[in-house]
Amino acid sequence: MLAAALLLAIAAPLVTHGDPNAQRDIVATRFVAPLSSDGTGVFHVLGTDRFGRDVWTRLVYGARVSLGVGLLAVLISIALGVTVGALAGYGRGLVPLALLGLTDFALAVPRVVLLLLLAALWRPSTALVIVVLGLTGWMSVARLVHGEVRALATRPFVEGAVASGARRLRVLVRHILPNAVTPVIVAAALGVGNAITLEASLSFLGLGVQPPTASWGNMIASGRDVLVNAPWVATAPGAALVLVVVACTLLGDAVRDAMEPSAQLS
Amino acid sequence: MLTRFAARALAGFGVVAGVVTLTFFALRFAPGDPVEHLLGSAATAEQLAVQRHVLGLDRPVPVQYTAWVSRFVRGDWGISIAKGRPVRTVLGDAWPATVRLVGLSLLLSYLLGIAVGAIQAHRQGSRTDTALSVITVTLFAVPGFWLGLMLVMLFTYWARVLPAFGAAGLDADYLTGLGRIVDGLRHMALPLATLTLIGIGGSARFIRGAMLDLSSQPFVTTAHAKGLSPWRVTWRHTLRNALTPVVTLLGLSLPTLFSGAILVEAVFAWPGVGRVLVEAVQARDYPVVMAATAVSAGLVVVGNLLADVLAAWLDPRLGMRNA
Repeated sequence: MLAAALLLAIAAPLVTHGDPNAQRDIVATRFVAPLSSDGTGVFHVLGTDRFGRDVWTRLVYGARVSLGVGLLAVLISIALGVTVGALAGYGRGLVPLALLGLTDFALAVPRVVLLLLLAALWRPSTALVIVVLGLTGWMSVARLVHGEVRALATRPFVEGAVASGARRLRVLVRHILPNAVTPVIVAAALGVGNAITLEASLSFLGLGVQPPTASWGNMIASGRDVLVNAPWVATAPGAALVLVVVACTLLGDAVRDAMEPSAQLS
Repeated sequence: MLTRFAARALAGFGVVAGVVTLTFFALRFAPGDPVEHLLGSAATAEQLAVQRHVLGLDRPVPVQYTAWVSRFVRGDWGISIAKGRPVRTVLGDAWPATVRLVGLSLLLSYLLGIAVGAIQAHRQGSRTDTALSVITVTLFAVPGFWLGLMLVMLFTYWARVLPAFGAAGLDADYLTGLGRIVDGLRHMALPLATLTLIGIGGSARFIRGAMLDLSSQPFVTTAHAKGLSPWRVTWRHTLRNALTPVVTLLGLSLPTLFSGAILVEAVFAWPGVGRVLVEAVQARDYPVVMAATAVSAGLVVVGNLLADVLAAWLDPRLGMRNA
């Protein structure tokens, strides 16, 4: 399902006709119901919104934005989280203490409040959303990696590598981190779903991706005012979002079950 | 135990101070200020300067910061710049609505979630389990604001049975006794349903996982071996032990009692703290944002602490292990 969504997003121009922001004769083409044709004879699978824009086209182009934001934001938080977690787990001296303190501090900041503040304080843009989501999502990954690294560091194969004279950084990167990949993948899968939802929430409040660029969040927001006469405008992007987030959750569960046979037995 | 508690409390205090400081400076360095919002675009530069001077916003930021902190800890939370009312009144008026909504939804979503999760764990692998899993995963994935809109579409526009906005009808002041209570409940139905449905998704998944982890433990096997009925083992033995982490989860959700369900409040125009906060951020209403941030950061810390203490009390092994 996730693959299908990604493929659609990448192949957007092939499965749709026209520009997602194109407006023609608004009066003739607005609020066309799904599976019917507008006044100019163009067929709309999911109908049109109040400016006569094709909802399916916007949905597919919006997927580019929503999935892109989700993936990039998670990439940032994974990179930050793994770095902080690994250093905190395998570093010496004051470094782990300082990093763990920083992580706990960042975890205690209410995320939604922080998102609201950051997003409302600077001019909203797609890039800002990615950065803000990335910067507020790394803490759980750091905790996770920290725990894994600490546990792995005492295992015989790591001690073997240390005994054979490998440098600490090399031991960390070549021997420990590859064995901590599974929980990170699980966290990433869940994180993408979470980031997509948060992006939609911010855009819904008007603090995220700005119109006319379509994102699922601002599509839902624009459908809110026309819920009575054109319910499909808000329904379609929300349903797409739920499907993708469910897919992310299931993917995370599946990876965990596949990599940890013990979890399945219990 | 006591020293550990004190250390945690001290660390928590540090966290709150850090968050507040960060917010204060982020607010000041961000573009826009409350005076522009207050006076509008027609104001002259001179008028803006006078108003800034009156509010003390023309002083150096560190000076403003120390002044704010020293007043805040003495209980003087200042006056809302946008509304002209004391910050405590603004937050105090909004708080009961949020507590009503969020408190009730937390209660319902945990009670129902525990029931659903326990049934699933009891019948692991059955069709009921699979069906309920599909439902909970979906609920867990649904964004609150969208679910809210869908419920409004169904129950307000389509079935025309429930109101979609606000906490009371226009005529609420003329209603008495029962009529007023019914009016309030009708207004709360949709936002409450939204928050509760989403909450059930999370708590049921959690309980199911926790109970399945426990089901291979020796004490469960012993209970079965004693010849107790499977239902009794599930309810009295497995579920009880699975509830300890739930206490931690509940502690973590304490702050939402204050900061509220910002998005759901926005969808339903619910007059709670979430809405006050969004409005305050948009109007750069410094005193309101600062007070709200300080209180919610404080609640995060208190919630964590409470959860730890309660968990240690329920399961004495935890306290010893971490000591």
